[in-house]
Amino acid sequence: MVKKKSIWFLAIFSIVLILLFVFWGLNSSNWRYFLSLRIPKVTALVITGVAIAFSTLLFQTLTNNRILTPSLLGLDSLYMLIQTMVIFILGSTSLILINNKINFFISVGLMLIFSSLLFKGLFKRDRSNIMFFLLFGLILGTFFQSLSTFMQMMMDPNEFLHIQDRMFASFNHINTEILIIAFIIILALVLYSIKYFKLWDVLSLGRDHAINLGLDYHKTIRNMVVIVAILVSVSTALVGPITFLGLLVVNLAREFLNTYEHKYLFIGSSLISIVALLGGQLLIERVFNFSTPISVVINLIGGVYFLYLLLKENGA
Amino acid sequence: MIEIRNIVKQYGDKRVLDDVSTVIDKGKITSFIGPNGAGKSTLLSIVSRLIPKNSGEIIIDGKPLEKWQSNQLAKKLSILKQSNHLNIKLKIRELVSFGRFPYSNGYLTKEDEIYIDEALDYMQLRDIQNMYLDQLSGGQRQRAFIAMVLAQNTDYILLDEPLNNLDIKHSVEIMKMLRNLVDDLGKSIAIVIHDINFASCYSDHIVALKDGKIVDEGGINRIIHKDLLGQIYDMEFSIADVNNMKLCVYY
Ligand SMILES: Nc1ncnc2c1ncn2[C@@H]1O[C@H](COP(=O)(O)OP(=O)(O)OP(=O)(O)O)[C@@H](O)[C@H]1O
Ligand SMILES: [Mg+2]
Repeated sequence: MVKKKSIWFLAIFSIVLILLFVFWGLNSSNWRYFLSLRIPKVTALVITGVAIAFSTLLFQTLTNNRILTPSLLGLDSLYMLIQTMVIFILGSTSLILINNKINFFISVGLMLIFSSLLFKGLFKRDRSNIMFFLLFGLILGTFFQSLSTFMQMMMDPNEFLHIQDRMFASFNHINTEILIIAFIIILALVLYSIKYFKLWDVLSLGRDHAINLGLDYHKTIRNMVVIVAILVSVSTALVGPITFLGLLVVNLAREFLNTYEHKYLFIGSSLISIVALLGGQLLIERVFNFSTPISVVINLIGGVYFLYLLLKENGA
Repeated sequence: MIEIRNIVKQYGDKRVLDDVSTVIDKGKITSFIGPNGAGKSTLLSIVSRLIPKNSGEIIIDGKPLEKWQSNQLAKKLSILKQSNHLNIKLKIRELVSFGRFPYSNGYLTKEDEIYIDEALDYMQLRDIQNMYLDQLSGGQRQRAFIAMVLAQNTDYILLDEPLNNLDIKHSVEIMKMLRNLVDDLGKSIAIVIHDINFASCYSDHIVALKDGKIVDEGGINRIIHKDLLGQIYDMEFSIADVNNMKLCVYY
């Protein structure tokens, strides 16, 4: 089985990277300090990687489209709006901004409230049009973005620097308690989802086939949307927005594994995601000694890959 | 028996189905004919719960459609739509295996494999069962989708233009196979079909639709008639009797 082999290969590669990340350059005098920094960081990288891969995979099955990402729901824009507003109204020294825990809960809370409002339309039985719902998310997302930009322009340049910090995902200074909470939420979601993998396989045939084969389409879709929203909210509030990573890793997993099964695609794309994040972080941090946030690099590579996908889909 | 009662379907102001009532009888092949846009596909989609209706009732074996659990209905009734585009890469056998989903929930048993093999044999796809759908010709792909519906093994089978893309030989084979399913296994089949001569030679009952209304329905002798067909299609027909079958000549 090529699938299983590739997955083992990716798993071993991930473990090697994790070990390298944690133990590289440790010695008897610095190990306490480094481990206390590196273990939370590596955990954050791994759970973000899984959350992003999983949410994108689900979102693509849900929309039956291989080049969409959950950022269409407008959640990352909402996150930026929340950060901008806090700084704009309360200033960069406000407790909400400085205290990561409060910030995390407020951001997750608001994103989930926003999602549930957005889904209300979708949840009504007769309005099961996903495209309508996506369009709505897209429009609101754009609106949030403009509002953020507007506030950022009126802001003191020093305050703006704080916003800029938040615009790109970063894995430095992650609060351990938040990390544990995020870890539990994401683990719980993954465990809860395992029993649905086969249903999602059927859904990837498209709506009509799925209904013909007896799937409760409406319920399945609802379920998926809720899982996606929680995954995106938690991972965004944890490290910030990383738009393109999901698109990149899920499509790479499809190409490598050559399968439609969510079981394999989930594991494969999660592992690729971990490899990309950890590998990228290692290169940037330890090899090149850059201070560029990794998401800048990932968005760059992701953007190029997205263009490639678009051109390929057009050509086919 | 599937009872179709006073079905109305509207898109905006446009009535696509206007008070349509008929039945799909047990143990028969019922053919739906009519010009493009008559509402044939819409009707089949409503009967198979793919799209909602504005008013009217569908009653399947005495129970209204809304009362059926979707996964129970999937063991009773299957539909193959007119066009089938997939966004994922699948092998023929994988596609056909999906037909067993209502029974297996994705965990195939030995019995499921037997049905899958049978369906593949029926559609003569065994030799190419490991080819990907996107490597197939239009007709081979159509046969793969029909095989999926066969594997689903339902009492009622609804097929929207199953002869799409098929050459004459395969068309005849599929119509014969449908006839066997009805005569030997007691299945009930509803098909939308454009080739009137196939409808004439293989169906038990024909429903003629035009502009969202049923113009007439009945046996072969009643429907394959030059006045009625002329009225439906707005053109001249002449009907010939060949080997006890009624064939339409049109050009
Ligand atoms: N989603 C839709 N929105 C608006 N109008 C629609 C929609 N789907 C179908 N229609 C209209 O409903 C009418 C009937 O369509 P339907 O597909 O049922 O026709 P048909 O009899 O199957 O035709 P054909 O032989 O071409 O397949 C057409 O006039 C079509 O334009
Ligand atoms: Mg049609």
